[in-house]
Amino acid sequence: MQCLMVTLLSQPRRIPGGLRLDANKAQSLQQPLRAAGVPERLYIPLSQHIGDAAEPLVEVGDQVLKGQLIARSPGYISAPVHASSSGEVVAIGDYPVPHPSGMQAACIVIATDGRDQAAADDLRMENVLQADPADIRQRVRDAGIVGLGGAGFPTSVKLNPGPDREVDLLVINAAECEPYISCDEALMCSRPWEILEGIRIMRHALQARQVVIGIEDNMPNAIQCLQHCLDESEETGIRMIPVPTIYPAGGEKQLIYALTGEEVPSQGLPIDLGIVCHNVGTAAAIARALLQGEPLISRVVTVTGEGVRQPANLEVRIGTPVAALIEACGGYTDAVARLLMGGPMMGFSLRSDTIPAIKTTNCILAASYREAPQAPPASPCIRCSDCVDVCPAGLLPQQLYWYAHARDFDRIQDYHLFDCIECGCCAQVCPSHIPLVQYYRFAKTEIWSLESERQFSELARQRHEARLQRLEREKKALEERRAKARKSLKPKAGDADAKQAEIAAALQRVKAKKAEQSVQARNTSELTEQQQADIAAAERRRSPGSGQP
Amino acid sequence: MLTAMLAIGTLAALFGLLLGYSAIRFRVEGDPIVDQIDHLLPQTQCGQCGYAGCRPYAEAIANGEADINQCPPGGEAGIQALAELLGVDPKPLNAEHGEHTEKRVAVIDEKTCIGCTLCIQACPVDAILGAAKQMHTVIESECTGCDLCVPPCPVDCIEMVPVKQTISRWKWPYPEDTGGAIAEPVGEPGNQLI
Repeated sequence: MQCLMVTLLSQPRRIPGGLRLDANKAQSLQQPLRAAGVPERLYIPLSQHIGDAAEPLVEVGDQVLKGQLIARSPGYISAPVHASSSGEVVAIGDYPVPHPSGMQAACIVIATDGRDQAAADDLRMENVLQADPADIRQRVRDAGIVGLGGAGFPTSVKLNPGPDREVDLLVINAAECEPYISCDEALMCSRPWEILEGIRIMRHALQARQVVIGIEDNMPNAIQCLQHCLDESEETGIRMIPVPTIYPAGGEKQLIYALTGEEVPSQGLPIDLGIVCHNVGTAAAIARALLQGEPLISRVVTVTGEGVRQPANLEVRIGTPVAALIEACGGYTDAVARLLMGGPMMGFSLRSDTIPAIKTTNCILAASYREAPQAPPASPCIRCSDCVDVCPAGLLPQQLYWYAHARDFDRIQDYHLFDCIECGCCAQVCPSHIPLVQYYRFAKTEIWSLESERQFSELARQRHEARLQRLEREKKALEERRAKARKSLKPKAGDADAKQAEIAAALQRVKAKKAEQSVQARNTSELTEQQQADIAAAERRRSPGSGQP
Repeated sequence: MLTAMLAIGTLAALFGLLLGYSAIRFRVEGDPIVDQIDHLLPQTQCGQCGYAGCRPYAEAIANGEADINQCPPGGEAGIQALAELLGVDPKPLNAEHGEHTEKRVAVIDEKTCIGCTLCIQACPVDAILGAAKQMHTVIESECTGCDLCVPPCPVDCIEMVPVKQTISRWKWPYPEDTGGAIAEPVGEPGNQLI
């Protein structure tokens, strides 16, 4: 059993690189968190998580209840999907989904009936803090909970350190570092108790020795709410440590470095250090599922930007079209220019507002031209190395750019391309306005695609070789059969009678076989004269002695 | 002087023996370069290069009989990889051998198939399922798109269709390709949406 000890620093470290950005969060925090209501139609994608897409269990026309399981997870790295409200399934097919490609994917569409009737509760656990961690993980899986920080990794998998690893430290990521996004802060100010309960459940499931909440120091309200909650509960095992506000301090590896001074190994995971990191929203979702019996059917989404009249944080049902959320915030202003899902650094443009908000949607940014300006066209790289100064992962963005540009996919991996977290700091500071992150994303998907092509080629080669071997085998077997037959048929010298007997026997065998295989005549009950004449002629032709084989 | 000559002579003899022994003990059968070339080829077994399959083409390259730019399914990436392996300059694909198309798979029209097994015999990776007088079907995940099953079919029921693009197979485009039309973060050229 690997026992790693992690020391929490009394004074958090400053992460390498990073950028000081204007927070722009106050606009959406003026009002308290409120519910967005249930829209007329819910478009619920089958894949809202990392891993295999869920498989639908319902059919068009089925009536479903709120929280009912509508798609099951087929594999380990997957998550089930539930109905976000009661109503009728009106379609299962391809619809626009939130994805940078703008492509469509399979969704279950529910026309809500306004009753919002809940399904039977089979998720609630009694005495959850004494339960078997495996049972807790199963319930978390059944509740469809995925990482709500943005990546959407199935949480039940991340609550399983494995049989030979121990978790020394559970980090709760409350460092919402990207500008404009304030959903976690709103959650912490309105439901700190739910968060605390969720943290306790996770600590028990992971058997973690220590727990720390990493929070940015520019959210004093949230810090106060959580601290008050911790004090009231007399919870001594959970510490809260504010870290210096800098983008991207909320990145998993960056936060761990800030809190512990330890670096997660290249292409490794925090569990390699005995650490597990979960988002604060995920903790709240776990508490809601296991203590109140509600699966993951809603989440907090920040709707903000100069393009929307009343920026706010809303509790949104999964599958709600973005247009409904904008409406709930007073509609568009005249200044709106672009619609982004996510924040200004890592978000992606949406082609229309009919796209639904899903489990990993943390923010809808209706940006004006001022907030989302058109970048000037890219100029050549001048090797200024500003990008290197700000990279929080300690990489060399300049080198990654040159090799991606040259499509040299071997060399680029020597510079640890897959440790890039795509935070966008490098692109932000580049004086030549080179879209650096686009190059890294291109290189990553290209490398994955080449790898899968290589595997396919390897398989094809094996199949081809197997086929050649099969043909060899068959040829050899045929040769052997022929050799055997030839031997048995060798005529004995001068025995003409024996030969005649052989020939006669062979002819008999052929006749018998033919009689056996003769085609059965059908539809012969009522024959016209012409048909009878045709049949007689055919029989004559076919009779033995006519020379036909 | 004599000691120097003896010393060098002895060392030379020693090393000579060592090398001779290694040459026999560690001899490698066949030419490993052929395996390495074969691993870089796409294994479509289509014959567009002019050879009977990927392995014969690999052997021809190793012998110097064939050039590295004769494989259309491998495309530019394949030529680059071969050039790097062999230490030669990459060159554009030889158009005489065909052009690099998107990945396609064979689909049999089941209404027309007569169950003659000619396509099954033609498929170099045994990707067609069927038997005499039984329905034939192409196993899509194993089909390499080599086109070899299309000519033998006596009723012309095999069609080559492009593989359907799904969201999970989607790749980020090369940034200069899009002219800024693809979705991307703020601060970079983008399209107006609303």
